[in-house]
Amino acid sequence: MRRPSRGLMLVLMAGGLAACSSVAPPAATPRLEPPPRYRVTLARSTLTADQQIVHVLGRLGYGARPGEVERLRAEGLSAWIERQLAPGRISDEAVEQALGAYPVLPLTAAELYRDYPPARPQDVQRFQAGQMTPQEIREVFPPNRRPAVITAQLQAAKLTRAVLSERQLEEVMVDFWLNHFNVYALKGPVRWMVPDYERRALRPHALGRFRDLVVATAQHPAMLYYLDNWLSTRDDFVLPPSRGGRKLGLNENYARELMELHTLGVDGGYTQQDVIEVARCFTGWTIDRPQQGGEFLFRPVTHDRGEKRVLGTVIPAGGGQDDGLAVIDLLVRHPSTARFISTKLVRRFVSDEPPPALVERAARTFRSTGGDIRAVLVTIFSAPEFISAEAQHAKVKTPLEVVASAARVLGVRLESPEEATQGRAAVMGGGAVLARQVAALGEPLYEAQAPTGHPDVAEAWVSASALLSRMNFALALAHNRLPGARVELAPFLEGVDRRQPAQVLDRLLAVVLRGQVSPDTRRVLGAQLENPEIVRATADDRGPRNTDVEKLTALVLGSPEFQRR
Amino acid sequence: MHGCTRRAFMKGGALSLLGLGAGLGGVPRFLVRAAYAQGAGPRPKVLIAVFQRGAVDGLSMVVPHGDPDYYPARGGIAIARPTAGASDATLDLDGFFGLHPAMAPLQPLWDARRLAVVHACGSPDTSRSHFDAQDYMESGTPGVKSTPDGWLARGLQAAPRPSPSPFRAVAMGSRLPRVLRGEAGAVAMNSIADFDVKSDAGQAMSGGVNTRRGFESMYEGGVRDLLYGTGRETFEAVKMLRSVSPEGLAPANGAHYPRGRFGDSLRQIAQLIRAEVGLEVAFADTGGWDTHAAQGAERGQLANRLTDFAQGLAALDRDLGDRMADVVVLTMSEFGRTVRENGNRGTDHGHATAMMVLGGPVRGGKVYGRWPGLRREQLFEGRDLAVTTDFRDLFAEVARRHLAVPATAPLFPGFAGKAAGYPGVLV
Repeated sequence: MRRPSRGLMLVLMAGGLAACSSVAPPAATPRLEPPPRYRVTLARSTLTADQQIVHVLGRLGYGARPGEVERLRAEGLSAWIERQLAPGRISDEAVEQALGAYPVLPLTAAELYRDYPPARPQDVQRFQAGQMTPQEIREVFPPNRRPAVITAQLQAAKLTRAVLSERQLEEVMVDFWLNHFNVYALKGPVRWMVPDYERRALRPHALGRFRDLVVATAQHPAMLYYLDNWLSTRDDFVLPPSRGGRKLGLNENYARELMELHTLGVDGGYTQQDVIEVARCFTGWTIDRPQQGGEFLFRPVTHDRGEKRVLGTVIPAGGGQDDGLAVIDLLVRHPSTARFISTKLVRRFVSDEPPPALVERAARTFRSTGGDIRAVLVTIFSAPEFISAEAQHAKVKTPLEVVASAARVLGVRLESPEEATQGRAAVMGGGAVLARQVAALGEPLYEAQAPTGHPDVAEAWVSASALLSRMNFALALAHNRLPGARVELAPFLEGVDRRQPAQVLDRLLAVVLRGQVSPDTRRVLGAQLENPEIVRATADDRGPRNTDVEKLTALVLGSPEFQRR
Repeated sequence: MHGCTRRAFMKGGALSLLGLGAGLGGVPRFLVRAAYAQGAGPRPKVLIAVFQRGAVDGLSMVVPHGDPDYYPARGGIAIARPTAGASDATLDLDGFFGLHPAMAPLQPLWDARRLAVVHACGSPDTSRSHFDAQDYMESGTPGVKSTPDGWLARGLQAAPRPSPSPFRAVAMGSRLPRVLRGEAGAVAMNSIADFDVKSDAGQAMSGGVNTRRGFESMYEGGVRDLLYGTGRETFEAVKMLRSVSPEGLAPANGAHYPRGRFGDSLRQIAQLIRAEVGLEVAFADTGGWDTHAAQGAERGQLANRLTDFAQGLAALDRDLGDRMADVVVLTMSEFGRTVRENGNRGTDHGHATAMMVLGGPVRGGKVYGRWPGLRREQLFEGRDLAVTTDFRDLFAEVARRHLAVPATAPLFPGFAGKAAGYPGVLV
């Protein structure tokens, strides 16, 4: 039972107070105008040209695909980065076609609620009482119309984009903001709201203005529900007698996380009293019928009309819906916000321990441009710290990054549900199979329960369990045991004599790690060539003397080097 | 954590003598037991730390029904006063405090004096951020973010073993929690059955030994950082686990664990203890305690979480049976919740909460700590239950008395706590 009491919900949802309410326009338009062109000049670096390319592909995207290093060499690295900063101009037809397999993506919460409704309570009761056969359950609650389909398709789409999209930086940034402004898809009706949340609140602003992100998330039903602001009312609000006459009041949840996690950072200089004052400002920001996919709604009757004082600034009485916007303006202009967002971006793109000087420069850009995310990224990408030898391989890949980069480096073909023949892939396509691997490695996408989202530092992802899962993933992928994610290793071995295991290893190291491998790992892998599992020295009934390319590939994918970017 | 050194691995230790270091399992369990007996004694003391993430409402979990200000402050979410024979009301403990009715599975442990409560327990730091407060409770250094390791890891490090088991410290889950990060080394494990490198067919240990060996060698390299250190610990643990197969041990004494992640975690911790793999510190966490809206009263959202929590702990106690003589379970949560019900039949972030200590060595049947009262002027910042027991006093007592961590070891840097300040929950 996560839901509020029925009486309260009826009042807040049913529009009983709608006479004095106003429905706000959508928080964001789906597509922005083409942005101005941003120039990127990479700093001087001790890395070779190819090392720089591999580094950039692993930071601004999910790693290199076959032939991509050569293409970037021809295009020029700065030019490629500049293109990535304007994703709207990059054609992405392969992805658009592949995403056709996921009909939930363009739908609103109301449409999703209609197409993927929850099970009816009477069916749930009968099922729990053992009064229905599995066949009957499938008839009244068809598996392909269940709400769980929504998150499964979203997860599949995310992997599809990470693996296939030409707009790599946009995907990285959407993921970054999804964790920054985290919502938990499994809380109440949030599931029906998340596709719209990503599409309308995050994606259009992923490289845009920070303020637009804060406003769009603050007014999105997914966030309003997840952090309970839809329930928060002025402290003296009493429901009408016809609705039970109960006294409602403030809920601090969103106000606190807005400052702690979305803007200022936990040490950003706010007090408990600021939390209360911010919560007062956001009273009345609610959802019109949340259980049926309703939109953002400002409900004046539940709003606290009094004067507030936030971070020392007076917000005069009577501001209504604008109180919340005034708070957002205060917060996004606060120097703590510039520093906090810059720190997180530098951590994502440079190092778990962000170099303070670079954070300071990025924060300066943030302040001087009024929170222009693209401009902050240009500052980071142009920094010597970004393209430095210290930054190279400094980040341990997250589960999403390890799965997506392995699929990319091997040129994995993600089958559509029509092409795939087995299990989950036949229903949801290869992207869903990879998404399940990401979850098995510890990162269930859209399902981070805590408001901090999934972490972005090595120590969160390196553990005994996680390493074993990574190795098992490498084995499964290389052996084509993940239905719908087809690997063909033969093309990589063109011109290699498979009877010569050392040649095979050299080629695999070149393909998967671009030869960037430590002497230790090189030596250990070389020693594996004596392993009877890896190489059969003589011909037998399985064919000629041969190297087990799949197993060797798995070992390379499971190497410490491949866990880093 | 970059560049930190890790526990040196038992080269030449008991494990190598048994040939486990060479990468082959299949060693009889009694031999493994004997090997660890050299270092840790035949039945090491075990501490199981349980973290209720999200800030449990201590006032609903252990209800101060005798406080005259409890019912007025709590409105619709108060837990009904104890009534003889009523199962849907507070279960009285001592005339002043009582257990939430969903905690009924723990009542027999209270009656047997093996369950103690420390109420109004918490951190001297006033943060109401989940993230920071959890971090402080795990690092053991409230207000200090730069502490590199967790307090349990420091405790293990302060009581070194000549040939430590790779399973000396285990956290259930895919991530190693802050509390166990540090020099001592610890294993994070999702499930015992899946804790292996799987062969071509996806089956654990049906011919995967050599492939595992290949992975293992790569992580044996000289570079001592997080990735390599973890890799080495992992493979040691895999080999040992395969040699004792704890996953085959069915719950004993008719213990019945609740379905779900928390029950699974406790069930597997019990398996590791019963398989005698040398476990000394185990960690499990449980979520869903952040009840800002509609937390419910005798029934509802919070009651459901407490049912899972209490059933899990009761099953663990039953499963381990006599072995509980050497086991202490310590529960914790980053802070408590507001004394007053909020506008949505929930509670917001507060300050002190209740923690529990369970097991054979516990002086149970008592609620420890000074009760600060619930009148407005008695509350912290006029709204929250005040902290009267610093969590470090409780944790220090458990670590020092149960795990025999020397008093000189810096378990809680910057904290001058002394034995005189311990709550006194352990024999």
